[in-house]
Amino acid sequence: MNQLLAYIPAFPLIGFLILSLFGRKLPKPVIATIGAGTVCIAAIITIVLGVSFLQTPPAGGAFHQLLWSWFKVGKLSIDISLQVDALTLVFIFIITFVGALIHIYSTFFMWHDGDYARFFASMNLFVCAMLLLVMADNLVLLYLGWEGVGLCSYLLIGFWYEVPSNCRAANKAFLITRIGDTALLIGLFLLFRELGTLNIQGILQQAPAHFTTGSANIVLITILLMIGGMGKSAQMPLQTWLPDAMAGPSPVSALIHAATMVTAGVYLIARMHGLFQLSPVTMTIVAIIGACTLLVAGCSALAQTDIKRILAYSTISQIGYMFLALGVGAWSAAIFHFFTHAFFKALLFLAAGVVIEALHHEHNIFMMGGLRKRMPIVFVTFLAGAAALSALPLVSAGFFSKDAILWYSWSAANGNVFLWLMALAGAFITALYSTRLMLVVFWGEPKTPVHEAPAQGMIIPLIVLAFFSVTAGFIEWPHNMMHLTLFSDHVQKVLPETIMKAYLPSEWFFQAIAALVTGAGIYLGYTMYYGKAGVRWQQSPGLASTREFLFSGWKFDQLYNFIFVKPFLFLTRINKSDVIDRMYNGIAQGSLRLSNWFSVSQNGSLRLYIVGVLAGILFIITLQLLL
Amino acid sequence: MILVLMIGILLLGGIACWLVAQRSAMAARYVALIAVIMAFVIPLGWFIQNKPAITGANKWLVQYQANWIPAFGISFHLAMDGLSFLLIQLTFLLGVLAVLCSWNEIRERSGFYFFNLLWTLAGIAGVFVAMDLFLFYFFWEVMLVPMYFLIAIWGDFNRRYAAYKFFIFTQTGGLLMLLAILALYFIHGQQTGNYTFDYFALLNTTLGGATGRWIMLGFLIAFVIKLPMVPLHNWLPDAHSEAPTAGSLILAGLLLKTGAYGILRFVLPLFPQASAAIAWWAMLLGVVGIVYGALLAFAQTDLKRLIAYTSVSHMGFVLLGAFAFNEIALQGVVMQLLTHGVSTGALFVMAGMLKERLHTRDINQMGGLWTAMPQMGGLALVFVMASLGLPLLGNFIAEFLILMGSFPVNPVLTVIASVGLVLAALYSLRIAQKVFMGQLQVVSERPADLSAREWIIMACLTAAIICLGLYPQPVFDLVKGAFFVTGYQLPVAGVSN
Repeated sequence: MNQLLAYIPAFPLIGFLILSLFGRKLPKPVIATIGAGTVCIAAIITIVLGVSFLQTPPAGGAFHQLLWSWFKVGKLSIDISLQVDALTLVFIFIITFVGALIHIYSTFFMWHDGDYARFFASMNLFVCAMLLLVMADNLVLLYLGWEGVGLCSYLLIGFWYEVPSNCRAANKAFLITRIGDTALLIGLFLLFRELGTLNIQGILQQAPAHFTTGSANIVLITILLMIGGMGKSAQMPLQTWLPDAMAGPSPVSALIHAATMVTAGVYLIARMHGLFQLSPVTMTIVAIIGACTLLVAGCSALAQTDIKRILAYSTISQIGYMFLALGVGAWSAAIFHFFTHAFFKALLFLAAGVVIEALHHEHNIFMMGGLRKRMPIVFVTFLAGAAALSALPLVSAGFFSKDAILWYSWSAANGNVFLWLMALAGAFITALYSTRLMLVVFWGEPKTPVHEAPAQGMIIPLIVLAFFSVTAGFIEWPHNMMHLTLFSDHVQKVLPETIMKAYLPSEWFFQAIAALVTGAGIYLGYTMYYGKAGVRWQQSPGLASTREFLFSGWKFDQLYNFIFVKPFLFLTRINKSDVIDRMYNGIAQGSLRLSNWFSVSQNGSLRLYIVGVLAGILFIITLQLLL
Repeated sequence: MILVLMIGILLLGGIACWLVAQRSAMAARYVALIAVIMAFVIPLGWFIQNKPAITGANKWLVQYQANWIPAFGISFHLAMDGLSFLLIQLTFLLGVLAVLCSWNEIRERSGFYFFNLLWTLAGIAGVFVAMDLFLFYFFWEVMLVPMYFLIAIWGDFNRRYAAYKFFIFTQTGGLLMLLAILALYFIHGQQTGNYTFDYFALLNTTLGGATGRWIMLGFLIAFVIKLPMVPLHNWLPDAHSEAPTAGSLILAGLLLKTGAYGILRFVLPLFPQASAAIAWWAMLLGVVGIVYGALLAFAQTDLKRLIAYTSVSHMGFVLLGAFAFNEIALQGVVMQLLTHGVSTGALFVMAGMLKERLHTRDINQMGGLWTAMPQMGGLALVFVMASLGLPLLGNFIAEFLILMGSFPVNPVLTVIASVGLVLAALYSLRIAQKVFMGQLQVVSERPADLSAREWIIMACLTAAIICLGLYPQPVFDLVKGAFFVTGYQLPVAGVSN
């Protein structure tokens, strides 16, 4: 089985190489076969690997494969070497399986695009890089994947590069995540200085002996890693790039900016859990950041009108839940939420893509409406996704994962009532904006004509994802309901169990409150958006400024513009011609001027020369007499 | 003997070009191409055939020594170790590409042009193998003067100004170096009674306090002007942007490397104590260069000037790493020399290709070229990414190792240098955005995509940068021999007096 590992990223890589080198000459069906086929093969290998992993767990809990020694300098020895343990298995399953569905969908979605090959080349490269990120057995290889997915994200956000705003969005995404990446890199330097290795297993083994809990170094290291994760996972205050990233094609938003890449930060923190456990301060910060992000982004989602931006803010908010879970030490709950979220959020984006296509690239939800009858399959699948997003009890996957996070945000040893309340408020808001989205898009009056029915090939991935959005949660039940904990049993081979508080009220109590809150959110949405269009609070003038504030994402962009962008542009603009050059030009001009002055003395007038000579003699004699 | 051969071929080939060009310009091109390819193949073929083992006892792959002016202790002493070998190979690889770049660009006096090109290459190659300080100085000048002509005759609009500036800056440095060499010569002579310019003899000179520091500064200033270090970098943007494409390629790819090579070969081993004493300042200036160069690069609208300032930024890493005095950082420095040569060279070549098509260097007049030239757009992206240090490409390995090695020595400066990575993303993406993305500007005719000749150039560079990124170990193994055997004493970090 060990030998299979390399094939998983290798197939998408081969797809990328073929498509990028010869893509322009190939006919579209061939491009589609290569583009989607390679990822499907990777998914099949992953499933084979997964089955074997579950049946006969490998010795030491992980498959390993050493490909080659990357570089070895002094004490620093880095291999290109892959590793699949229980945690990685979850991630590669999602990446290849959801990735394959999205690729199949894309072969139809992108059919009319002129740059068909470039799209699939970038997507394949993305899958390869993302797989390397989660399969890397050392942090440098992880960083390679980390930057690789950033590159692909950049390429795909700017896929339609003729439009300047798309390029700006791509640049913004790359730069803001780069800030996080640089922090991560500095974290690696610090780790290497302290431990002398960058191998993940090595670090996790040595760390408890080397660092005392809460010492300055470990706090610094974990904070740097956390900033890296915040950049990629769009957590506050580095979240501003993700809504703009929706400039890319919808499948890209589904795969990269919802299901996989943006959860890289969650993966990183979960992967390095041994370090974070040594630094309770950082854990608390992670939890607070998650809780704040989920509220801030959730509120922004409430005010958006662009269907993809609503989903983007909801992604930020859901990843906020994952961070919250990581922060309180509910490791497996965080990964479980990643697992279910990947299905339902990919589904929502793909379904949104279908809607947008069918309505002549209309993004504004208030220009949609009445799609329930006209696109029944899309409606049903979207409903499954929205139900999962708002965590409808028992009938959606989102309930099982989010309920666990809500429970642990109070009951875990790191948890407390404030985190719980924030998470609860987030659940209310999520239910509210999900209901709003559903009602506005699928109920009410039709406002834009539907111009064509979506292709069958796009519907099938939707149905598969909808199926998982409903059922994926059934593998992990709350303890009080049923003793079925397949998922946490699996990931807890790698991740530690959550440490709980000593005296706790009944879990039923929390579940009831969560269900009530979700219900209240849905009910409020229903009262506000169902029925006539005239009585919506959007139109109330008193709230205009609040709406505007939320719509702009709490003005973070404006703030950064003011603090960073403008001063930077000003600084570079005034020094465009390099102030140091002035110094040298000054020297040159000074010499020239001196030369002009002295050349006055050499004017060919004999009389002046004689005067000069006499004056000199006089001067010397005077000097002689005086001394 | 191969060392003499490869330099001799270039010198003779240059003269042959000049003579042949009287009859046919085409013939001159072929003579130049063949001469450089031979120079490239000779050391490479020799290396592959002999597979010289680098052991602790013998780090020198090959040596050649002959008397030149014995009365003054000057000998014609050439030697090549792993470091020299790599830089020589880089020199001739870029040399071949430089000839190919000039194929259609140079239409006037092409014989004299190729003469200058080949002589510059010969000078650079000589600098990398000369083990006699007088000879070193000689080659240092040989590479300078023909370069001056390349800029002054075949350059762009503002070429005279750029050429003068280049000449005055480097010549000032050269003068200081000559003084330092002479001082070293006399001090060593007085100490041992043996007046010689031989590198290996001079390595044993004991230099105390102030004298050592002044002599070291003489060398160092000459080298950091070439490198270049802020604030001595001002010749570079002008020279790079005004030079013809091949000139920019050689300037960025090779000439800057001679400065770094000088630091590694002469400053650190000859003056370990004096180097350790100024290490902090050198690292600081390196970091200043990284940040300052990046800020300036971001502001430029002239494509070649922009790329020129990125060199200032990237070479800051060299200074930072060289004065961290540990294996990881130094290996990173050597890697940076190779990868920067390839990646920045490629960007300059690309700028040249764009200029041939669009007749402008102003990025505000470009845009949307990906649509017109998808192949070039794709390749350009590779080098833009190399420039911002994307893993998988060689530059990442180099900068990663430099930062990794410097971090324990000076965390604060290393962290500031790491900020340079964000700035690198800023200016690099700006190239991609302004030139290749956006709407295709209305031009009279759609620019053509890469020709076969241009494909060869870009394919070589792309292959090189990816190989260096994915399998850099051979480079490290070769260089390890140069640095970490007896005879090369690393200054000890933190020692100052």
